[in-house]
Amino acid sequence: MNIDFFYALTGVGLFSLGLYALIKHTHLLRKILAINVMGSGVFLVLVALSARTQQAPDPVPHAMVITGIVVAISATALALALMLRLRDASGRAELPEVLSETLPDEPME
Amino acid sequence: MNWDAWMPLLIVLSSLLVGLVIFVLAEDRVKTRIWLNMAGALFKLVLVAIMLWGVFNGHHYETRLPFLPGLDLVLRADALSMLFVVLSSGLWLLTTVYAIGYLEGSPYRSRFFGFFSLCVTATVGVALAGNLITFLLFYELLTLATYPLIVHRGTEASRRAGRTYLVYTLAGGALLLIGTIWLYTLSGTLEFTARGFLSALDSSHHPALVMIFVLLIAGLGVKAALVPLHGWLPQAMVAPAPVSALLHAVAVVKAGAFGIVRVVYDVYGIEFSASLGVTLPLAMLAAVTIIYGSIRALFQDDLKRRLAFSTVSQVSYIVLGIAVVGPVATVGGLVHLVHQGVMKITLFFCAGNFAETLGIHKVSEMNGVGRRMPWTMAAFTIGALGMIGVPPLAGFITKWYLGLGALEAGQGWVIFVLVGSSLLNAGYFLPILYAAWFKAPADSWPAERSFGRHETALALLVPPVITALLVVAVGLLASTPFSPLHWARFITTLEYTP
Amino acid sequence: MNLLQNIPWLVLLVVLPLAGSMLCFLFPQRGKLLGLMTALAIAASVLALTYQIMGQVVNQGALRYAVGGWGAPLGINLYVDGLSLLMLLVTALVGLAISIYSSGYFNNDKAKHFWPLWMLLWAALNALFLSADIFNLYVTLELMGLAAVALVALAGGADALAGAMRYLLVSLLGSLCYLLGVALLYHSFGSVDIVTLGQRMESSPAVWAAVGLMTTGLLLKTALFPLHFWLPPAHASAPAPVSALLSALVVKASFYILLRLWLEVFPVASASLEQSLGQLLGLLGVAAVLWGGVQALRQTRLKLLVAYSTVAQIGYLFLAFPLASIIGWKAAFYMLLSHAVAKTAMFLAAGNIMFYGGHDRIVDLDQVAHRLPLTLSAFGLAGISLMGLPPSGGFIAKWLLLEAAILSGQWWWGIILIVGGLLTGAYVFKVIGYAFIESDLPHESRAVPKRMEWVALILALLAIAMGLIVPRLLSLMEIGSPFAGSSL
Repeated sequence: MNIDFFYALTGVGLFSLGLYALIKHTHLLRKILAINVMGSGVFLVLVALSARTQQAPDPVPHAMVITGIVVAISATALALALMLRLRDASGRAELPEVLSETLPDEPME
Repeated sequence: MNWDAWMPLLIVLSSLLVGLVIFVLAEDRVKTRIWLNMAGALFKLVLVAIMLWGVFNGHHYETRLPFLPGLDLVLRADALSMLFVVLSSGLWLLTTVYAIGYLEGSPYRSRFFGFFSLCVTATVGVALAGNLITFLLFYELLTLATYPLIVHRGTEASRRAGRTYLVYTLAGGALLLIGTIWLYTLSGTLEFTARGFLSALDSSHHPALVMIFVLLIAGLGVKAALVPLHGWLPQAMVAPAPVSALLHAVAVVKAGAFGIVRVVYDVYGIEFSASLGVTLPLAMLAAVTIIYGSIRALFQDDLKRRLAFSTVSQVSYIVLGIAVVGPVATVGGLVHLVHQGVMKITLFFCAGNFAETLGIHKVSEMNGVGRRMPWTMAAFTIGALGMIGVPPLAGFITKWYLGLGALEAGQGWVIFVLVGSSLLNAGYFLPILYAAWFKAPADSWPAERSFGRHETALALLVPPVITALLVVAVGLLASTPFSPLHWARFITTLEYTP
Repeated sequence: MNLLQNIPWLVLLVVLPLAGSMLCFLFPQRGKLLGLMTALAIAASVLALTYQIMGQVVNQGALRYAVGGWGAPLGINLYVDGLSLLMLLVTALVGLAISIYSSGYFNNDKAKHFWPLWMLLWAALNALFLSADIFNLYVTLELMGLAAVALVALAGGADALAGAMRYLLVSLLGSLCYLLGVALLYHSFGSVDIVTLGQRMESSPAVWAAVGLMTTGLLLKTALFPLHFWLPPAHASAPAPVSALLSALVVKASFYILLRLWLEVFPVASASLEQSLGQLLGLLGVAAVLWGGVQALRQTRLKLLVAYSTVAQIGYLFLAFPLASIIGWKAAFYMLLSHAVAKTAMFLAAGNIMFYGGHDRIVDLDQVAHRLPLTLSAFGLAGISLMGLPPSGGFIAKWLLLEAAILSGQWWWGIILIVGGLLTGAYVFKVIGYAFIESDLPHESRAVPKRMEWVALILALLAIAMGLIVPRLLSLMEIGSPFAGSSL
């Protein structure tokens, strides 16, 4: 097994770890971090597998990773801003349980 | 412009456009609304008359619009559709006059008459449908157009009645849809053809065809009030009297019965149906409905509910005539489409008059009403006697043909059903007649209103008198060339191989 | 007319909303006007594009455009065929309607945030429908998700923010699963272009993993049962136009991607895998229809009823997967289009009711039928399409799907269509029934701007009209698309 394949497997491992953390933790900051870890895992897979040819590495996945990083940054920024607002509005940086009975009777206008 | 291709569509659209305009009229534009209603009804009648004349002179009226891949929307004027269209348009005119009088001063009339017009649009569409998919489209439209009429009063009771109505009719519509699509996948066409288009199919499909027949009849039987699918009809009596008149005599139950006629004659073909073995069960179901409806009617004190169960019973005469295989019985069934219509609408108009003028809703309150409202009661009497089958009124003609046809087809047991139901009809109508004419009235009527010189408003009085006269006329003049009976005979000749 | 043929309308469809968004952001006082103008411009461009396509003879009518003159694999291709064209048309129609509606709905404070975000969302949607490679689809998916999340959070308040946060996390999870699938596919076949992938596709464990990952990611975004949990809370607190956008367009975009992949990239992957996955998707669809329908019946609030209705209707779309026939796909696509129009009309009508009375409790609708007749007609007509009653787009889709089910011998999927239709009838008429009767608590009433009522009604009428112009739409569907060359 060559090194690139190992990196790719690490990427998949990161993805899985992030997924587990996303589901398990309730604090929003941890969830956001989990998403970021998952993202890093995917980028790692992309970059690692681009080195499979004997010649110079394939540039296209690198371009994809750069795009992905930009997207991830914007998404993280939005997520953090939302989290702070939610914490200010509800006092906790956690998501409430999803039960339709607890949804408010009056809508927010 | 090729008028022949556009006439059917025009007839359907005439009431649609009138309805849409009425919807947007302000509530207080009473005169405009009355004018529009009457103009629309008359215009439609004129168009129908023109089409009738055209059909006699060999014109072929058919509108064909692409709808689904492989299926068109077809509106066609053939003999059977003309029968129903003339009935609907004529009775709609009378019901419009009646409704204008009945709803005098009630709220939300614009909305009411808007949906009223939509209801007629759908009925005429059902009548003129040239294939099963067009029929299905207007059939479902009828459900949607009649629901707001049932809940019009806005009370809890009407909301519940509306909900029951929807449960039955939407379920029936679903069954009809399944049957139609299944049929389409087997046969590739859905056009109504005299003597049916299914006999050419391979016999391996016959079990599927029987299943489809059951589905179609079940779907149509909801509106036609076949037992046990009739439950919505008595509950729908909470609607205003013009709506009951429309539902029972002109639109909804007729659409269901008409659909059954189309399926048995123009989709399957009567002879093919007989060979599949579905006609006898259908006839028996009709017989059960006839007897059951009459028995339930006996025990109703509420006048409209008694009439409702009477409708359940009487509409199945049509189905019985259809299902007994033989031209004479078919004539009886077809002609009852018209006869039941005019008789039942008379009865409902009169019931509405009693309610509006004197506050009478129950049979037990009807003592002596004949003296107070002689014209209305006379009309009621004619309608009731017609239902019982007294010659020479309309109902007698029907029962005669049904009986004769049953004997001819070797189904003698039908005679017992006819006799039994006539006796039951007498059982629940004659006491009303006796009480109304010969018993002394109570000290005061439940809620009397005065209408001046006449016993009730003219708009409420004239329609039932006219329809009562029709009941007499179609009976007396049954052998003349323009009677419904003659027409029914003509249609029957098309449906049986010579 | 030559001019019309030469302008690259494809590009304009992406550039116009982006520019509009920037302008609305820079000039918030003029947000309404700029937004409306941009909406009109986009709608006009889509029509011009349609005209351009119909005049095209080469390539069976489909159009391909290399942005900046750089072709694949390094550049980005924009591609439009019948499917994308119809999605663009419906987006433009719904978008225009929502723009007009929103111009009356939002007060100035909210409006200055709404317009730039809405234009961004539109840009993302257009770009998504025009994408020709799977990585570009990822980018546009993300853009769409972020814009949608921000729109959901617009209302402020803990519930809206929580709904938005949940949606954001789900959306990001879905995108990442999708991206991992893209990575696997790229490394198996060396290309991200859809057409090329379709040609090079062959079965392998990497491909199976990719299929699974991408499907899961897209199912999350399409809110198919049981991955629908984020949808009702997001709808509950969102403003009515935003709810309409979510239900009508955003969840459909991911379904559109799934459909494309399924039809053009995956078919060769493995026949048995496809069949079992197809059956699984069908079963989930059944569960969605039943669950969504029952939940909709139980709701006390109108917006939530309509939200669960979306969950149910999305289930219908997935019934085409086990059938795997051209008629089935066409039926599902037709259902997607008519649902988009009808659901928007329904949400706008619900928005009117809430605007009028200050609340949307169903039992207290208090004779809204009399006071907002246009709105209730819109609700009723939209309901007819959702129920699948004739004449309406929904009926056509139901008919075609039933036909596909019976023809393929798997008639049991048809049963769920019927049951779903009856459930829909139950909750639609529940609302209509209550709208006719008086309630004990009178509605406070606030006048509803006429344009809001009319937009809802016109959209509902269009949903009905979609039941009468069927041949046109079906022929558009076939241009250069996977449905081409089929006879029903």
